[in-house]
Amino acid sequence: MTPDTTRTTLDAMAASVPDGALLALPPDNSLPSVALAKALIRRGARGLRLLGVPVSGFATDILIGAGCVAEVETSAVSLGEAGFAPRFSAAVRAGAITVRDATCPAIHTMLQAAEKGVPFMPLRGVIGSDILAHRPDWRVVQNPLSEAPDPILLLPALRPDVAAIHAPVADEAGNVWVGRRRELATLAHASRRLLVTVERFVPGNMLEDERLAPGAIAATYVDAVALAERGAHPVALLDEYPFDAAHVAAYARAARTEEGFHAWAERHVHDRAARAAAE
Amino acid sequence: MSGNTDVRPEERLAATLARLILDTAAPPARHIAVGAASPIPAAACWLVAKTGHPVRLSLLHKRSGNPFTEGSRELFDLTGQGRIDLFFLGGGQIDGAANINLVGTGEWPGTGVRFPGSFGSAFMYLMTPRTILFREEHSPRVLVDRVEHVSAAGVTPPEVFRRGTAQALVTGRCVFRFDGARFALESAHPGETAATIRAETGFDYDAPGTVPVTPDPTERELSLLRGPVRDEMAETYPEFCARVWGHAAAA
Repeated sequence: MTPDTTRTTLDAMAASVPDGALLALPPDNSLPSVALAKALIRRGARGLRLLGVPVSGFATDILIGAGCVAEVETSAVSLGEAGFAPRFSAAVRAGAITVRDATCPAIHTMLQAAEKGVPFMPLRGVIGSDILAHRPDWRVVQNPLSEAPDPILLLPALRPDVAAIHAPVADEAGNVWVGRRRELATLAHASRRLLVTVERFVPGNMLEDERLAPGAIAATYVDAVALAERGAHPVALLDEYPFDAAHVAAYARAARTEEGFHAWAERHVHDRAARAAAE
Repeated sequence: MSGNTDVRPEERLAATLARLILDTAAPPARHIAVGAASPIPAAACWLVAKTGHPVRLSLLHKRSGNPFTEGSRELFDLTGQGRIDLFFLGGGQIDGAANINLVGTGEWPGTGVRFPGSFGSAFMYLMTPRTILFREEHSPRVLVDRVEHVSAAGVTPPEVFRRGTAQALVTGRCVFRFDGARFALESAHPGETAATIRAETGFDYDAPGTVPVTPDPTERELSLLRGPVRDEMAETYPEFCARVWGHAAAA
């Protein structure tokens, strides 16, 4: 391991995320660390501000259900084929969380601004959307390079405190491999800390292999890695395992009520029965 | 003629969308992107491709089957570059000015019914040369006079850069054309009339004296939908394929 990256445990990783942190999570098709979300629930995290990159899925809904979340900034929250995200919907209805609605390319652009170290970046489109009226931090200006009237949106750089992803592998040098999910590299560059759970560790250094290097996030950006087998489940992990539609559908049914969510979490997050049996 | 009873509604909708995609009066559709959870638009695109038209499809819900090597931001970069010609959008609410609401009802951010959120719509709607609006449910709660919140605007002031807007709105009851300001009823699906559609639509629109019936898919379109299109769709939309073509899949 290089000095860049610390190998740690899942629980220690969860403990390193402070209450109130701005925590960036990719959605269900893009390597979210469900394992870390569950570990944050077990440690009783509070006041987290979640960022969907650029939308949110299963991990966000369970963190909201467990009361870990104060705010969500995202372009959508969905369980895909299983429908609306039940604990997110309930929290919005109850006014229990602050929602900062965005639109997908705006979140990418804000992270790209942070990646480049510039204070803002422009984005076409969006004008005419009510999202703008609820985003005082977004600003429409006249294109300074145009003589003709040309309003354009400026978006502030967005620098998450922590980004959490789940990757198939980390190597001895602390590099992690995410394949073509290159928006995660931008997320890594933009975030103060990157925490990565992985299916397995492999020997060697991926940056020395021309075929693996383009899909890798270099250890320079990786603060800690922890082993978490099937750490994306019930979400798909690239070509390693598919989306567990039955599991997510069962969750969506259970989590329609708060009681149903807590019963689900007892079994699938806290796993108290199994722990008691093991003692 | 009230339509071939052997034609499934989903098949008629897919064939209807395919005709709109191929409309020669609209900007050409060389590269179409289809979002997640859109089996009928996906079927329409596959039908266009299997009919022999050269079209590139980018299916956002598939791990492969799209050209993206830069992750989920690449669709938006491609669209910004003007390389995506056609996109499909829906809405929890759609109004007579072709505004869509994916945020929710009640006070912002949706304290009545919260919809999932705007996704990329606020960008895609302005940056794509044409958009086909598609929503199977055609009722006054969906097709409203004025959306409660605008996720993406159908019409923007002339100085705002945009490449296009809605070409049409296709529902489970009819096809509306959009002329850049207002919808006009183009055809009614079998079983619907001018009066039934007016009663189920919350926004005002123009209508011809005699409303044409939305055509059935041709025999060739049906055989493509039930064969090669179904085969392309089976992996991503198993439930949809079983529901619509279950008998064919078992054969």
